[in-house]
Amino acid sequence: MLAPIAQNLAFGILVGGLYGIAAVGLSLVFGVTRFLNVSHGELLMLGGYAGFWLYTLYHVDPFVGLPIVVLLMVVLGVILYKLLFAGMVKYPEETKVKNTLLVGFGLGLVLQNVALRLWTADDRGITTTYSSRVISLAGVRFPLVRVASFLIALIVLFALHQFLQRTYTGKAIRATVQDWEAATLMAIDVQKVYLLTFVLGTALAGMAGALVSVGYSIQPNMGLEWTLITLIVMVLGGLGSIMGTFVAGVVLGVAQSLTSFWLGGAFREIVALTLFLLVLILRPQGLFGVKEG
Amino acid sequence: MLEVERIDAGYKDLQALWGVSLRVEEGELVALVGPNGAGKTTTLKVISGLVKPTAGNVLLDGHSLLKEPPHRIVEMGISQVLEGGRVFTGLTVMENLELGAFGMKARKTKDRNLKRVFGLFPRLEERKRQRAGTLSGGERQMLAIGRALMSNPRILLLDEPSFGLAPLLVEQIFRMITEINKQGVTVLLVEQNVRAALELTQRAYVIENGRIVGEGSGEALLSFESVRRAYLA
Repeated sequence: MLAPIAQNLAFGILVGGLYGIAAVGLSLVFGVTRFLNVSHGELLMLGGYAGFWLYTLYHVDPFVGLPIVVLLMVVLGVILYKLLFAGMVKYPEETKVKNTLLVGFGLGLVLQNVALRLWTADDRGITTTYSSRVISLAGVRFPLVRVASFLIALIVLFALHQFLQRTYTGKAIRATVQDWEAATLMAIDVQKVYLLTFVLGTALAGMAGALVSVGYSIQPNMGLEWTLITLIVMVLGGLGSIMGTFVAGVVLGVAQSLTSFWLGGAFREIVALTLFLLVLILRPQGLFGVKEG
Repeated sequence: MLEVERIDAGYKDLQALWGVSLRVEEGELVALVGPNGAGKTTTLKVISGLVKPTAGNVLLDGHSLLKEPPHRIVEMGISQVLEGGRVFTGLTVMENLELGAFGMKARKTKDRNLKRVFGLFPRLEERKRQRAGTLSGGERQMLAIGRALMSNPRILLLDEPSFGLAPLLVEQIFRMITEINKQGVTVLLVEQNVRAALELTQRAYVIENGRIVGEGSGEALLSFESVRRAYLA
């Protein structure tokens, strides 16, 4: 009895790391710009296919290809921001959320259908020569690629955390989260901060997607589920805490994994949404968020 | 040095300023006083570029600021302290001050300005590692003013620095403002605390319903009949 629980716990933690890195992207963008980009899941999906294409067409190892995927996503992020989101900056907060929701849904639908055309509805995944390798620890199996993905997610988020805490640009981003008007008066070009954050969010989504395509599988219609997951993790973790969001991702991953083990796969979404509601009711600032003041 | 010429400005359908003109000369300490909702804050925001006027002009040394975005206007030497200070509560005192020197030119003089700010407000040095959210109201106001000084401004725009503070603290803040002015920073001070502001300044403007209704030396305005009746009675 104990062994399968430990095994599911391990799987939950590993997938949770990817939830974390994907959600940090969404959370950062929402915190800074108040854009609620519900096409975040579709951006993740695109990152996944980018990695998949690099591997199948050009035989680029998925982990070596990761920086290329990030670069492609940066370009896409700049284009999407200039084309669709830059015009939203001038609106008050509530209008911004509503408008970006609409734009996000539209963009999501477009991307999903483009992906269907380009890659068909089949499940895809990257199978390398080392994909079947497993590390066994006390009877618990850790698939090598998933462990590597988890570690990469952790390292990237730690680096991001350091960037936000230590660099001038990072501090400017944190200041803009708190009070964009006051930030402007610090000679911070808030428009630039918005663009940078949006691009960073897109790159993180793409990176998460590429990692999903290695250890798991990708489909053109995966976006909505991932948008939902990242929204839940964002609320769970609370705005403004990178490592908090990562931990919240792991919490959700474990909760889902254990529920589907005990109650069946159909309960995965139920536990996620229940967790979401509980946090909203009991701790609206999130598990690790700081209250205003 | 700073000229505001016949400004009209507002928010959506609501016009807040009607042909507002004022000027501030190098080294002066000028007050803009008036009741709540008269347009004092809007006037400051027009100068700092946060609100773009529908008519009129704002000139710094004869150059129009209308086309400049607010973050550029800061780099040109105009630094505004918003009402309530608006410090970044989640960041430390030190981080707040560092961000005050975010502009490229200001970064080069960061250490010198930091010394100056800590000289004016020793309390900030004691608390430099604390989150700004843990500071008292008076300390937050000091931090806001100190942060604004970090950009090495030629003109400091202060919006109600006395707001919500105990009388003793108000006195202390006003003393600091005089001191900052003596160090060579031109100050435009917006205040509801009319008597204190008029006693402090060389020159003042009175604004009501979005229009400038009076101008003169602080002393002259203090004895001005309508000002006495409206604010000091």
